[in-house]
Amino acid sequence: MNLRPDPTFHASPKLAMQAPVENYAFTVMLSPDGNQSDGIAVVDLKPTSKTYGQIVHQVIVPNKGDEFHHFGWNACSSSLSPLTGHAFLERRYLIVPGIRSSRIYVIDVKDPLKAHIHKTIEPEELFAKTGYSRPHTIHCGPEGIYVSCLGGAGKDGTDGPPGIFIMDCETFEIIGQYEMDRGKQDKHYDFWWNLPQDYMVSSEWGLPPQFENGVVPEDLLSNKYGHSIHFWDLRARKNIQTIDFGENYQMALEIRPAHDPTKSYGFCGVVVDTTNLQGAIFTWWRDEDGKWQAKKTITIDPRPEDPENLPPLLQGFGAVPPLVTDIDLSLDDKYLYVACWGMGEMHQYDVSDPMNPVLAGKVEVGGIARGAKHPNGKDFAYGPQMVEISRDGKRVYWTNSLYSTWDDQFYPDDEGGQMVMARVGDDGGFELDKDFYVNFPKGLRSHQIRLEGGDCSTDSFCYPSV
Amino acid sequence: MISDVTSVAALWGAVILSGFYHGINPGMGWPLAVSAALMERRHAAMPWVLAMLATGHFLAMVGILLPLSLMLFLVDWEVQIRVGAGLLVIVMGVYLLVNRRHPKILARVHPARLALWSFLAAMAHGAGLMLVPIYLGICAIGDEETGHLAARTLMGSNIMTAFGVAAIHTLAMTFAGGLIAITIYIWLGLKFLSKTWFNLDLVWAISLIVVGVFGIHSARFSH
Repeated sequence: MNLRPDPTFHASPKLAMQAPVENYAFTVMLSPDGNQSDGIAVVDLKPTSKTYGQIVHQVIVPNKGDEFHHFGWNACSSSLSPLTGHAFLERRYLIVPGIRSSRIYVIDVKDPLKAHIHKTIEPEELFAKTGYSRPHTIHCGPEGIYVSCLGGAGKDGTDGPPGIFIMDCETFEIIGQYEMDRGKQDKHYDFWWNLPQDYMVSSEWGLPPQFENGVVPEDLLSNKYGHSIHFWDLRARKNIQTIDFGENYQMALEIRPAHDPTKSYGFCGVVVDTTNLQGAIFTWWRDEDGKWQAKKTITIDPRPEDPENLPPLLQGFGAVPPLVTDIDLSLDDKYLYVACWGMGEMHQYDVSDPMNPVLAGKVEVGGIARGAKHPNGKDFAYGPQMVEISRDGKRVYWTNSLYSTWDDQFYPDDEGGQMVMARVGDDGGFELDKDFYVNFPKGLRSHQIRLEGGDCSTDSFCYPSV
Repeated sequence: MISDVTSVAALWGAVILSGFYHGINPGMGWPLAVSAALMERRHAAMPWVLAMLATGHFLAMVGILLPLSLMLFLVDWEVQIRVGAGLLVIVMGVYLLVNRRHPKILARVHPARLALWSFLAAMAHGAGLMLVPIYLGICAIGDEETGHLAARTLMGSNIMTAFGVAAIHTLAMTFAGGLIAITIYIWLGLKFLSKTWFNLDLVWAISLIVVGVFGIHSARFSH
């Protein structure tokens, strides 16, 4: 407990943009086959440092087979909420779940170069206290730390629906299930919210048997992955509306609400439209009557390709689907970055008008049947995947692995973990920085990135940018 | 008699000072006034928000003081009541000192329910209890002055005092909290929100203990 709020807590998105820039990144290192232990890499981002762009510390966990994926902070700008006032917490711990093992590590990163495990929550405790498994997205909010889980109870995670549980933000004790009325929600992936407006939005990937051993083509072609998003009364813990995008919009993944809390809209990325292999972004918003609406505002076409260049999974289609697997919105709500993991492209859309996004920039690196090189001449395995934007919006970082078994299906010949960075122009557009290229230790892949002091997919703000 | 007048003035002064004190505590809602006014995007929202917060706080004060004023009907037990009340305040202070966790109930309140939030926040922090020894002190002196009036009259005057203490305290609280909220809202900007936000939890808990000790002390030496 501090006597003053943590200096990395910002009242508004605008204040967060003006704050000092990030010095370190924390990036997931995962062993795709469980031969090594997973860990968190601490990457030096200080341009003046001798070790700039290098992994300067690693927290390697004692277990194997956890498969790290997403993770998040114990506390963020939401601590300045005038209602709950946890203002004196420290942004100090990373909550890192193993998506395969259901084990959760709490890592103390107060001194990034001496980051270490603070607490471990064993899977049995998670199962017993929540009835959920496969913990994934982390957000800190009014009642503590919220963790979405992709699996329900039982060995396959299919005994009962998956959902969100709450953890105490000081002791990291699991409190229990979040939902009081989940309505139609029976799958889970991402979630985020608007705290002053008291709503939450959640999304759907698929149930564990649909992703753990790779994508199941029959399930995909018969539209059995998630294609709905759910709107919740956040504090009443109640599903108030479900919007079905249409069953062909398979895998509605990342939820990115506008950061400015006076706005009532956001975006959701859809991996693939099974009718035409397009990637899609939906804009969702609340209309004048208080009803939630959603409309497809971005489509990205697949690229035709000679079947012999394609992995077996895609040969029947003769095309490379974009595979929109991650999206991220800059803190000024201006640019939406869209990772097209299949095509090997990162797109930048100007979403100043959220109903009419305009493509403002594009970077090509990696990609199925393309393998575009990084500007420094080196290979980039797979394609652009987890993307994170600096608070000031000037640097965009991304890594390359989607999920171990899926990497192997879509990119059977690739291996490796990389993290790269692009610089954003003053009037939009962005280009890869040829001097920033982090190659991960052999046998480890990379996934989500968190920036020291917060980034564009962690902090929730309680005051508008004025 | 003169010393009684001075004590009464001092006690009413304490009512006002405690109001200022509660007002500057972020836990009593001034950041909520800033946030709500900004979210509404109009200046007129601020007075309304402050009024809602004041209503909740006032009700919390009355909710604590009124039952006590009814108990004072038992004039013969006055000292015991004052000592007991003082002990209760100390216990709350010690509890807040030991349990430094945030009241979870506040996290479930809808952001637009400002008066409810303010009421629960005041209750959870023992804000009303802080006034109890002061209020009982005022009543005790008042009772001595009125002498042996009918119990009914005495009770009526104690009830009036309870409302008076709650109202003046709430006005002072709203003034102090409103001043900070409006200054940040109009002049200083949101940057000062986190700069003006101090952790008063420890000081607050100690204040309760001090006020409780004062209450017991004054009860034992006033007769």
